[in-house]
Amino acid sequence: MSPELGHLAVIAALCLSFFQAVIPMVGSFVGHRSWMRLGHSLALGQFVFLGLAFVCLISVFIQDDFSVAYVANNSNTLLPLHYKVSAVWGAHEGSLLLWTLILAGWSGAIALFSGHMPQTFSARVLSILGFISLGFLLFLLFTSNPFERLLPVSPIEGRDLNPLLQDFGLIVHPPMLYMGYVGSSVPFAFAIAALIGGQFDSAWARWSRPWINTSWVFLTLGISLGSWWAYYELGWGGWWFWDPVENASFMPWLMSTALVHSVAATEKRGVFRSWTLLLAILSFSLSLLGAFLVRSGILTSVHSFANDPERGIFILWFLVIVVGASLLLFAIRSPQMANSTTHRGWSRETILLVNNVLLVTSTATIFIGTLYPLFSDVFQLGKISVGAPYFNFFFVPLMIILMLALGFAGFTRWGSTDVNLLLRRGLFPGLLSFFIALLVPALLTDSSSGSSYSFTAGITLFVSAWVLFMTIEDIYLKSRGSWINAKRFTCSYWGMVIAHIGLAACALGVGMSSSYDEQRDLRMMPGDAVKISDYEFRFGGVNRVDNANFVAFRGEVSVTDKTGMTINLFPEKRNYKAGGQVMTEAAIDASLARDLYVSLGEPLQGEAWAVRLQIKPLVRFIWLGSVLIGFGGLLAAFDKRYRRRKKLLDGQSNRGGLAFE
Amino acid sequence: MHPLRRQRLQIVILIIFAGACASALIIYALGQNANFFYTPTQIEEGQAPKGTLIRAGGMVVEGSVKRDDISLAVEFSVTDGAAILRVRHIGILPDLFAEGEAAIAAGRIDDNNILQATEVLAKHDEKYTPPEVADSMNATYQSRQEAKAELK
Amino acid sequence: MNKFAVFAPLALFLGLSMILFLGLDKDPSILPSALVDKEFPEFDLMALDDEHRQITREELLGDVTLVNVWASWCYACSVEHNMLNKLSDRGVKIVGLNYKDQVEDAMLWLENLGDPFVYSVSDIRGRLGLDLGVYGAPETFLVDAQGIIRYRRVGVIDERVWRNEFRDLYAELLVEAQ
Repeated sequence: MSPELGHLAVIAALCLSFFQAVIPMVGSFVGHRSWMRLGHSLALGQFVFLGLAFVCLISVFIQDDFSVAYVANNSNTLLPLHYKVSAVWGAHEGSLLLWTLILAGWSGAIALFSGHMPQTFSARVLSILGFISLGFLLFLLFTSNPFERLLPVSPIEGRDLNPLLQDFGLIVHPPMLYMGYVGSSVPFAFAIAALIGGQFDSAWARWSRPWINTSWVFLTLGISLGSWWAYYELGWGGWWFWDPVENASFMPWLMSTALVHSVAATEKRGVFRSWTLLLAILSFSLSLLGAFLVRSGILTSVHSFANDPERGIFILWFLVIVVGASLLLFAIRSPQMANSTTHRGWSRETILLVNNVLLVTSTATIFIGTLYPLFSDVFQLGKISVGAPYFNFFFVPLMIILMLALGFAGFTRWGSTDVNLLLRRGLFPGLLSFFIALLVPALLTDSSSGSSYSFTAGITLFVSAWVLFMTIEDIYLKSRGSWINAKRFTCSYWGMVIAHIGLAACALGVGMSSSYDEQRDLRMMPGDAVKISDYEFRFGGVNRVDNANFVAFRGEVSVTDKTGMTINLFPEKRNYKAGGQVMTEAAIDASLARDLYVSLGEPLQGEAWAVRLQIKPLVRFIWLGSVLIGFGGLLAAFDKRYRRRKKLLDGQSNRGGLAFE
Repeated sequence: MHPLRRQRLQIVILIIFAGACASALIIYALGQNANFFYTPTQIEEGQAPKGTLIRAGGMVVEGSVKRDDISLAVEFSVTDGAAILRVRHIGILPDLFAEGEAAIAAGRIDDNNILQATEVLAKHDEKYTPPEVADSMNATYQSRQEAKAELK
Repeated sequence: MNKFAVFAPLALFLGLSMILFLGLDKDPSILPSALVDKEFPEFDLMALDDEHRQITREELLGDVTLVNVWASWCYACSVEHNMLNKLSDRGVKIVGLNYKDQVEDAMLWLENLGDPFVYSVSDIRGRLGLDLGVYGAPETFLVDAQGIIRYRRVGVIDERVWRNEFRDLYAELLVEAQ
């Protein structure tokens, strides 16, 4: 398997993508059936070639072929096998190849599962995806070729891989994230195809929904993995920094979430067609923008891949063409007709509209905060960085309002809803949540020393409990208290329920760990002990341990809780020999109730060390909650009604579903 | 006025009002939380506001890092090649913080022109110099060259 | 959506694009002119291959030189390196500035990839790089026979870059030096 083979495979894929971009689209206008069908084979062919290229790149890494520049820069003979493989997507060029492979994968999936859609429509969708592939493959071949060679003289040994990347999290996080990022191109293609063809009815929404939901699930899990990875790997206990690269993935996610809900309304009632189309276009645009921000070096960030303005210019032009053309198309062709149904007052449509507005507003504020430093630099206003407080200032209140609205969502009806009904439904859960919000933080105030009632915790508890109880009430009332009835609910409904509960869990984790987080940076000598909250931390000193490619300073900290149980934690400070990097390996004792997080700071005089000790209550809920959200979305995507072929409607399976969504 | 038209007008007014509120809030929040970067030279010349949260940085002066014996207080100096800024911090310094390397601190300038830092950032990578620091070093070199030219 | 509101997203996007283009423009590798026509800074550094030999600015005088900032940890430098080999074969005098590197790693790198430099100086702490305002590697300075910096390139030099940005100026400076 030579690099040349991989290179040729990419070129072949490029040719196929060109034809895929052109032929089916033309065919859809002239009515040439075989041309339209060609899109399917071309998409699958692209996937095969890019798969081949990817396998070539992997094998080049495994073989330690340092004549390939990308391998020389990112791998090393001493690297364990699984990290050699993950090094393939650890830097710009290889991750770009992964991106194009995943795009080909999604296109191939469309090719296989679009039998129930009209041919003109699926042909156009594939053409649009082909155009996007074309852009990325051109970018790859002309500015970021992973198969470039260092000839005639090539190095015998490569550079060491950044130790931050030698980790499980970095094996799974990028592929998962890219599945989501790239996946947002599918709803985008559906939207553009709809705008071209002039069809935006509920049939269109029904075809799009499973794809929208699935790509959203991947993005959810990808972001969640990234946050969890940062938490345990970066060594300081943080899990979200409002870093430009994090924001670049979060903004598409927020828009996708709005899209997931908006398209539901479009499918059921034919409303929000313009919203849905615009959200689909914007989600993908933000995805592309994110790629631009990360890879052009325009924003200084801890994460940036490349610092090459030539690449930046290419992506920017691609971005301008794709997004500019889509927004223009939207402006010209978006549905001009009035909605087929009307809605008043506190209907389900209104609640979903509120949802859309809140999510779009959040995205807009994050967007402004992320790009403001650039704006300021360009217009000579000074070199600025925007801190986390700005982002939290907007995001937290908006999310609180959203969760309050969410509670009511299950009880709203399409068309119109009796406000009094909503208030009645909300009364008991509201009181219960209020009671919990009042009581729990008050109880917790006693055990910590000198602290006062935490309003943040109170609000968190209120909204999380509110969402949970309202959801449970909804299930109870809809099933009329009977478990047998409940089992007949559709996957769509259960998916929604699980995802919403996941959100409540996530919010609970965020709020509680922020309110009750205990962190101490201390100077400790061996034998020193300190009491934080209900735990006693005893420092046992630091030993030096030599490893193959790093020197570790291994500390010992034993933690005793109030029942007398002791556990031992071994945080490390690692100095990597080859690249000179320093890594802080935190020691974590994880449980649902709290994480104990211990990390070594720096060596001080004598045997003393600066040590960071943290107690983080309920922090696991953040990631468990987000996994639930993802799982809920997946469940909803695989609802029977999307998998149904052209068979007659099954009366039984329909009954539980349609009325409730 | 026709009721439908009135409703439309109401919606438009509502949107404009909401937009204005949102803009005002954003401008306010950005203003509060946008942290400007100042070079040691600018701070020495008094260009930086005292008491406001700012960022400043430069190369850590060799031999300037002094740690307290009992607490986690540390003091060091950074330079942009022309002026020196003293920085005080209580806490753990980042992993790649070292003398002779670039560092950025966020905090407030006190009356003695010392930066009381709440946060210290060093580069995250062996070969990364924050552009702000590199730019200020560049500017210093340029002015030194100009001064030399004037002396000739 | 009414007739004009639909154009709003497009208008906002075009505004954003302009800002992004301007932002890219500000990137140092496109406007590296701060040091042009200034003297190359004074320095006194060890030669890479000979620890007993010190090299100063004096050695740059008398010839038109390319000073190339490189390091063994720099991926882009390995991509650029073959171009430098070709240039040195064509007779261009290239001096290496080994930036923030280890001597053993640097020597090994040159052994593997070839040595186009008449000599390299070892700037382990990066002092000279600092005086030059170096952002990273690779960067290349075109220095004339009087020791004045006449051009600076941030980023890799390939055939196209050489032809468009260096070649003519280099030829001019050679003539000047006679």
